[in-house]
Amino acid sequence: MTELQAEQAAAVPQAEAGLQRSRYFDVLIALAAFAVLAILPMLTGSKALLDFVIRCSAFGLFATSLNLLVGYTGLVSFGHGMFFGLGAYGFGLIMQRTGVPVPVAFVATLVITTIIAAVIGAICVRLKEIYFAFVTLAFQMLIHSTILSWVSLTGGDQGLRGGIPRPAFFGIDLSNHVHLYIASCALLVIGLLLMRQIAQSPFGYTLRMIRDNANRASFVGIDVWRAKLTIFVLAALFASTGGIIMALFVSGAYPEFAYWTISGEGIFINMLGGVTTFLGPMVGTVLLLILNDTVTRLTEYYGIVLGIVILFFAIGLRKGLMDFVVEWYTQRRNGPGE
Amino acid sequence: MLEIRALSKSFGGVKATDNVTLNFADGSLTAVIGPNGAGKSTFFNLITGALKPDSGQILLNGVDLAGRTPPEIVRHGIGRAFQVASIFPSLTVQETMLAAVCADQRRASVLHRRFPLAETRDRAGHAMELLGLVSKRNRVAATLSHGDQKLLDIALALVLDPKVLLLDEPTAGMGTEERWRMIDKVRELWEKQKITVVFIEHDMDIVFKIAPEIVVLCYGRILVTGTPEAIRRNEAVIEAYLGTEHHAGAAV
Repeated sequence: MTELQAEQAAAVPQAEAGLQRSRYFDVLIALAAFAVLAILPMLTGSKALLDFVIRCSAFGLFATSLNLLVGYTGLVSFGHGMFFGLGAYGFGLIMQRTGVPVPVAFVATLVITTIIAAVIGAICVRLKEIYFAFVTLAFQMLIHSTILSWVSLTGGDQGLRGGIPRPAFFGIDLSNHVHLYIASCALLVIGLLLMRQIAQSPFGYTLRMIRDNANRASFVGIDVWRAKLTIFVLAALFASTGGIIMALFVSGAYPEFAYWTISGEGIFINMLGGVTTFLGPMVGTVLLLILNDTVTRLTEYYGIVLGIVILFFAIGLRKGLMDFVVEWYTQRRNGPGE
Repeated sequence: MLEIRALSKSFGGVKATDNVTLNFADGSLTAVIGPNGAGKSTFFNLITGALKPDSGQILLNGVDLAGRTPPEIVRHGIGRAFQVASIFPSLTVQETMLAAVCADQRRASVLHRRFPLAETRDRAGHAMELLGLVSKRNRVAATLSHGDQKLLDIALALVLDPKVLLLDEPTAGMGTEERWRMIDKVRELWEKQKITVVFIEHDMDIVFKIAPEIVVLCYGRILVTGTPEAIRRNEAVIEAYLGTEHHAGAAV
């Protein structure tokens, strides 16, 4: 037995235990985060704070799912927002027109999203870089235009009016603000856990290989097109879940949910928070929403302020906040010589 | 056995590979040489599926691989390293190996388990050991030296357990000493792994020293095949490399 084999033989059980630990650790962190969020309504009577967390849940899922494409696979989508809109409209329409229970509408929306994402993805993921970015944007504009023009179904530029029915299920009443808040937090935590699992799975490393060098990945035996399509559809599902949360929150769906600016905000959030750490987009979401909420209150020129913030991160730090923090921490831990 | 039959590929009016027929016996070590533009890399690209041939067959143990995609060809047992090291810059050496084994074991799409999978460790470790990369296994690929990146590129092909290994200029961009170290490593791999190795090389000293068989390509056609001795004396080869005038001068 060589030195390496002996080392590996000793290391395998440890590594396996380590992997199990890391998975349990993630679950533990998620449970702790959920517990903290769940007790928040008991600690504060601020409806605005709970609303803020619900919006963070919707946009956090959306932005983190976008990072599965941008950060992990190297697919910069300018049209990811279409799935956010699709989630909101799909769920809203199913609830308004069929009156099925919320979980059924939730699953049905995800099924519809899967089908549409698979069709759009099959066309888009063959394309590279800027072509991929712009064709996804074109599809988003197509969906947005369809929403605007199909007035009898979508309500056109007025959106889905009359509210979304939210009948109680399993003792959960989503028309109750606290119930909606808890459900949003639960969806966020479960969504993040699932996305974390994707990122840390063998498939997650396949995505990293494709991001780094797709040509080489194919010479290792990876079906690059299939892997890209898979992550495109998975990311769409999480974005759609974000849209469902938003539809529940505003009790409606509006064309802005499917407009290109939603995709732009997703990219902006990823730039703010950083794409090299899993939680970067979540941090970016919180930052953007705080910025949005405070700056819009202070000035009508909030676009200028947000632009300056983007420039600060893009030109000043040259990375997102979490990228910067992790890099700083790593350097500090390893010392100046490393 | 790898059999190439009447393989042809044209780009516009240029015949990059012109009716090439060759056999590579199991466990053989063959060098492919030829002047710039002879079609050596195109020949490799056709065998590995990077390019689709216009006509001809690529038979590996009787299975025709012509026109198939790179992943299919890799799964049939043809591995490849590139002229410019083709690696995954952000992954460590060990992650690269483990992820490659995952792909080879058809576990690249596994979602419910965590990376790395225990069953991929032995093969990944073995490939790193063969290429002398064990001490660098935790280094991010982008931070490796040029020579180590080339080794990693070869390890990436080797870890897939290929029956045939194609090395496109394994010593490209290296200093003299490093070149010899690399080529010794290639020879060592060939002897240890008992696989068919075909490599493209420009350094004639290296070619004549280590390759028992040499194929000379010129303008996409096979000029001659044979042992180093036969190639060294072949007038057509000397002419292809030095030109008629120089050849006449050299003869004088």
